[in-house]
Amino acid sequence: MGRVIGLVAYHVFKESVRDKVLYNLVLFAVLMIGASYLIGQLTAGQDVKIIKDLGLAASSVFGLFIAVFIGVGLVWKEVDRRSVYNLLVKPVRRYEFIVGKFLGLALTLAVNIAVMAAALYAVLGLMTWLQPGLGKAAVEAPVMDPQLLKAFALLYVQLLVVTSVALFFSTFSGPMLSAAFTFGLYIVGHFNADLAHFDSVVKSQAAGWLGKALYYALPNLAPFDVKAAVVHGQPVSATYVALTSGYGLLYAGAMITLAVIVFSRRDFK
Amino acid sequence: MDAPAARGLKGGVSALSLLAVAALLWGAALALQAYREARHPQPPVSSDVLYFRGGAAVSRAALGFDAILADVYWIRAIQHFGGTRRSESGDKTYAQLYPLLDLTTTLDPHFNVAYRFGAIFLAEEHPNGPGRTDQAIALLERGLAADPERWQYAQDAGFVHYWWRQDYKAAAEWFDRASRIEGAPWWLRSMAATTLAEGGDRQSSRQLWQQLYETTDDAWVRDNAQLKLAQLRALDDIDALAVIVRRFVDARGRPPAAWDELVAMRWLAGIPRDPSGTPYELKPDAQGGVALSERSSLSPLPPQFTRKTGPTT
Repeated sequence: MGRVIGLVAYHVFKESVRDKVLYNLVLFAVLMIGASYLIGQLTAGQDVKIIKDLGLAASSVFGLFIAVFIGVGLVWKEVDRRSVYNLLVKPVRRYEFIVGKFLGLALTLAVNIAVMAAALYAVLGLMTWLQPGLGKAAVEAPVMDPQLLKAFALLYVQLLVVTSVALFFSTFSGPMLSAAFTFGLYIVGHFNADLAHFDSVVKSQAAGWLGKALYYALPNLAPFDVKAAVVHGQPVSATYVALTSGYGLLYAGAMITLAVIVFSRRDFK
Repeated sequence: MDAPAARGLKGGVSALSLLAVAALLWGAALALQAYREARHPQPPVSSDVLYFRGGAAVSRAALGFDAILADVYWIRAIQHFGGTRRSESGDKTYAQLYPLLDLTTTLDPHFNVAYRFGAIFLAEEHPNGPGRTDQAIALLERGLAADPERWQYAQDAGFVHYWWRQDYKAAAEWFDRASRIEGAPWWLRSMAATTLAEGGDRQSSRQLWQQLYETTDDAWVRDNAQLKLAQLRALDDIDALAVIVRRFVDARGRPPAAWDELVAMRWLAGIPRDPSGTPYELKPDAQGGVALSERSSLSPLPPQFTRKTGPTT
């Protein structure tokens, strides 16, 4: 079972490399290096803060686009190219196919996030080397702050949730609709906390309950965002990271399970 | 594409030729655009319409990108302040400065320098700034509400009262408030007492700025303190030069036409220059007959510390 999942995952990763998905890392590196020079001229000594903000925001955007645009095509492309028929006649179970697809994209995202984090640290290191007084000016948090890794870790788990949602839609819908649904849920996921308190703004008890139900059913993505906190050197506890990551992994697991159910019921005859 | 053309692409037509064609077309498009803009000038884009004003609404719509948006607004605030300050226009209202700082700090309530530098920008007197000390204090109060442990905001509010408003009682209260915040330096308490006792005395002001200069980690705050110290030095210089000019008037019955006359009498070693290196000016209508050049980066000098010596003639 594990071997088959591993093979499917490996092929997803290989295909993303062949499709030049990792080229975005070059764009990221150019953006960071270019920005580190330009921002120094514009920001009244706030280079470090803004480079950190920019690095984390760019990682978030690039990661989101990869998760959505590759995620929505994971299953649909196989169906569209009819290669799914060849796959399913082989000893590949449907759940192995789905889980393998998810893990393949998770691997691609892990490589992306790891390289982006390394590039951000490299640019910060370069800035410190070129401007020795920079460390003293960064009063809120150290320039090479290891806390940034917590932001990257939570960003990665958030992207796994988004990938699982995209993969779920991909099992029964075309790429355009799946992308629209996934982006929609991404946006809703950032306003989710409002649903929890919906009962305080409406009179109807039923509407309040519905708000609560949606709050639990839809992904809650806002807690994954600790970018501002780590940049300002505010503490983000390991417990918080663990609890939020746990929620994300469980939610992604639930979505993958739903994807397996839908895909298992599809008739490819 | 038909077959011969395709063959041509692979074999005959080089990529370089196609690149040249693309460059030619692009260049032609740019030239046409420039021509059209010359014939039909586009109305200037109002920078007001490019930015939102409701910080809370922008923050909600930012989807976790609040911090980077705050950076964008911060850069915009600096550009607005610097651009307006440098402009030759007489209409320097700095109308967008506070809304931009408000947006920046709403999107990122812990943006330390946006409060501190923002208050410096807002408090600067016209034409170097909007002269809105009320907004400077309001911004610092918001900073304190977001980070109550940041004694620097209370200290900065004290400086705004001290330097720009000459309200020494309020300044002393802010310094005292700052000194009560955990982690504040010991000298803030004595600063509060000195401010209350000696008010607008030039020497106590020098001590205040010197303390700030020596203790801040922030280059911009340090530069600002250095500027104020240089202005105070220039005021001392002007007083000393006014005494020499008065002696000349007593001796010759007229004010000196140029510094050279005083140099020739060996009353001065050379043309006197302010701490920025710009020569002082002899102005019979100025107090003491000596003034800072308007070209000096120290201009204008704070009026509250100017001694009332009267004109030389």
